[in-house]
Amino acid sequence: MRVVIAKPGLDGHDRGAKVIARALRDGGHDVIYTGLRKTPSDIVRIVNDEDAEVLGLSTLSGAHDSLIPKICDGLREEDLGDVIVFAGGIIPDRDLEQLYNSGVRAVFGPGTPTSEVLGFLDEARQRKKENVPIGVGDDLGWHWN
Amino acid sequence: MALELSKIDKLLELAKSGDRRSLSRLITEIADSEKTPKFHSDSIWTLGVTGPPGSGKSTLIGRLAKQWVDTGESVAILALDPSSPISGGSFLADRIRMEGSDMGDKVFVRSIASGNTPGGISPRIWPMCHALSLCGWSRIVVETVGTGQSEFRIAALADRLLLVDGPDRGDIIQAEKAGILELADVIAVNKSDLPGAALSAQSIRTSLNLSDDDSREVILVSALEGVGIEKLISAIESCETQSGRNEMIMREVLISEWDSLLVSHPEIDEIITKLCDSSITIDEAIKLLRTSIPNGR
Repeated sequence: MRVVIAKPGLDGHDRGAKVIARALRDGGHDVIYTGLRKTPSDIVRIVNDEDAEVLGLSTLSGAHDSLIPKICDGLREEDLGDVIVFAGGIIPDRDLEQLYNSGVRAVFGPGTPTSEVLGFLDEARQRKKENVPIGVGDDLGWHWN
Repeated sequence: MALELSKIDKLLELAKSGDRRSLSRLITEIADSEKTPKFHSDSIWTLGVTGPPGSGKSTLIGRLAKQWVDTGESVAILALDPSSPISGGSFLADRIRMEGSDMGDKVFVRSIASGNTPGGISPRIWPMCHALSLCGWSRIVVETVGTGQSEFRIAALADRLLLVDGPDRGDIIQAEKAGILELADVIAVNKSDLPGAALSAQSIRTSLNLSDDDSREVILVSALEGVGIEKLISAIESCETQSGRNEMIMREVLISEWDSLLVSHPEIDEIITKLCDSSITIDEAIKLLRTSIPNGR
């Protein structure tokens, strides 16, 4: 799949994002990494221009609760509702529900084996193939974890 | 097949009207479709950029894009990176270096993995460029890592070719080996902020001067500091396409289409197996391939 890995907002640490990017590449995916400090509208445009099927958002700054829903809204507004969104980084349990509600389909915390992220993408690919809703624009309660 | 083509045509119409989502999907369709789509734009303007890994191509393209946008152009960039031969995946990170790539609506950047298209990506790049031109993009840049002949070749299909080298690398000699130095219209030695760049530029100039009628420019730039960018732009804009270039381009187009025909031949695996167990000779294999090239592809 074509996957964009993005770092939204004021957050200068991308070791995690790079580990994920590498793991996905080794899993046979085409990974486009945006680099640091992108605004939500930058990220939406990059997802569009790269025609990505999946967007992975890495955030360690604590601003996930405002940035990630904004990005999900932007995707829906720009006719990118079929994009599958997952998140990673430092995200407290109490914030998970809100992220799932905004359309995020999986959240991976520190220590997640990379095989799990690949497992999620396999499931995502399967759902897409069978036309089972999974995109950020689909209204459903399903999430991976 | 007819259905597929009409899907592409429909996307093109939407993309022409300025719909960026359709433009992006169109580029994907061109890469993925079984047939190489044919588009033609009379007003196409393309620049190929190639050079060794780490010479600063992406950063430099980011600078060029910014300058062009400031003068009212719209810039589309196709950045090619190799796919991993082991996993088939790729890590496409050229756009990180293009500071201008997130400047807004006037810049379109698509990262392309070279390994995912049956028959290779190279026959698909030119339809993409023509489609971009039809959609009004006035400056189209194709970036390839100059690590192999095929990558050099993709960039060499552009109307004009910029070769980028770094200081003290001497890698441009590789370009000479690949026959690409004679195709380059403009040569930039990047990282002029580092020692050795001037010397490097001088040695390339010396090598060019070995032939009398060579008037091509070797320009020192620093993509990092933004030095020499205007001079480089004016050299790119004013460079005269070398005589015989059209023949060269058509030759490369033909070779890449032919390669793609060969690689996507339905019996190629079978023929390779037969070659491995020596049940046919290479001449027989070629004969087999030639007589059974699928009609109409």
